[in-house]
Amino acid sequence: MNNIVTVLSDSLFFGMTISLLCYGVGLFIKDRTKLAIANPILIGFILIVCILKLFHISYDSYMNGAQYLSYLLTPATVCLAVPLYEKLQLLKDNIAAIISGIAAAIITNVLVVWLLCVTFTLDKTIFATLIPKSITTAIGMVVSQETGGIETITVALICITGIVGNVVAEIVFKLCKIDEPVAKGIAIGSSAHVLGTAKAVEMGDTEGAMSGLAVAVAGILTVIIAPLMLQLLY
Amino acid sequence: MRYVKQFAIIISISFVGELLKEFLPFLVPASIYGLILMLVALVTGLIKLEQVKDASTFLLDFMPVMFLPATVGLMESWGTMKSILIPATIACIIGTILVMAVSGKVTQGIIRRKK
Repeated sequence: MNNIVTVLSDSLFFGMTISLLCYGVGLFIKDRTKLAIANPILIGFILIVCILKLFHISYDSYMNGAQYLSYLLTPATVCLAVPLYEKLQLLKDNIAAIISGIAAAIITNVLVVWLLCVTFTLDKTIFATLIPKSITTAIGMVVSQETGGIETITVALICITGIVGNVVAEIVFKLCKIDEPVAKGIAIGSSAHVLGTAKAVEMGDTEGAMSGLAVAVAGILTVIIAPLMLQLLY
Repeated sequence: MRYVKQFAIIISISFVGELLKEFLPFLVPASIYGLILMLVALVTGLIKLEQVKDASTFLLDFMPVMFLPATVGLMESWGTMKSILIPATIACIIGTILVMAVSGKVTQGIIRRKK
């Protein structure tokens, strides 16, 4: 048993193998059940954590191989420019709606976080920690740090937000009768960053393109707005 | 060969994005600089769509799996999260749903009004 653990810990391909297999199982369950909650990322995440805990494999050993998957995230995000370019005319035609949608998302986020902080009497450290939860990790962790938040918690929250966005998107759109592809993309990108965008890409080219755009714009706007809000409200 | 060239372009742009992040004073990550650079290159015709199309379709298709390692990292940060568990859970679940719904409704409302 101990031998197996050592072999797995030293392996270069173990992390990537279980990531792909567990995601595959997630896809299979999603295909079979057709339920939004049967989300491949969520299922993959739960399965991997169970396997690691069961065999007492550390996160570091898992990351030994799995880090190469994360490493591809930057080039993949760069590629979001491709569907965006293909939908450039659509972007120009709907520019007012798109800007308003992203602004509405940022305002709603600030209000929700502020209300929570007032309700639970949380100080400005927590406010600063919660504010960047809807934007992409690379920007979010810096915003948290610069405004006096707790960086590690922000990163965890960003991750959870992304999974939640990925899981609930279909349900939210159905309940709120949002069926315009541009609106879907903007909503996902500005609420659940790149992780949500993965879902938008599955929904369609327009959704994916708009979601990628919203991630970039919402991220950059939050950099400017977060410190201002902190000054204004505290 | 086709894929080699396409990946070479995409990875080079990611690299330039990384350089910009190092040398410019803004809080913008390499991936967002890269996204903007790629868009500008496509719009100006510096890069033709078919020079990156196949590789980018592949990477975008693969994208969800790329998030798994980072999400598994939650296993590690669980300890620090416990202190603000309730507000954090509300922010992440209710907050995300609200932000998504409001943003989608506003965008759709303005699009529909124009038509």
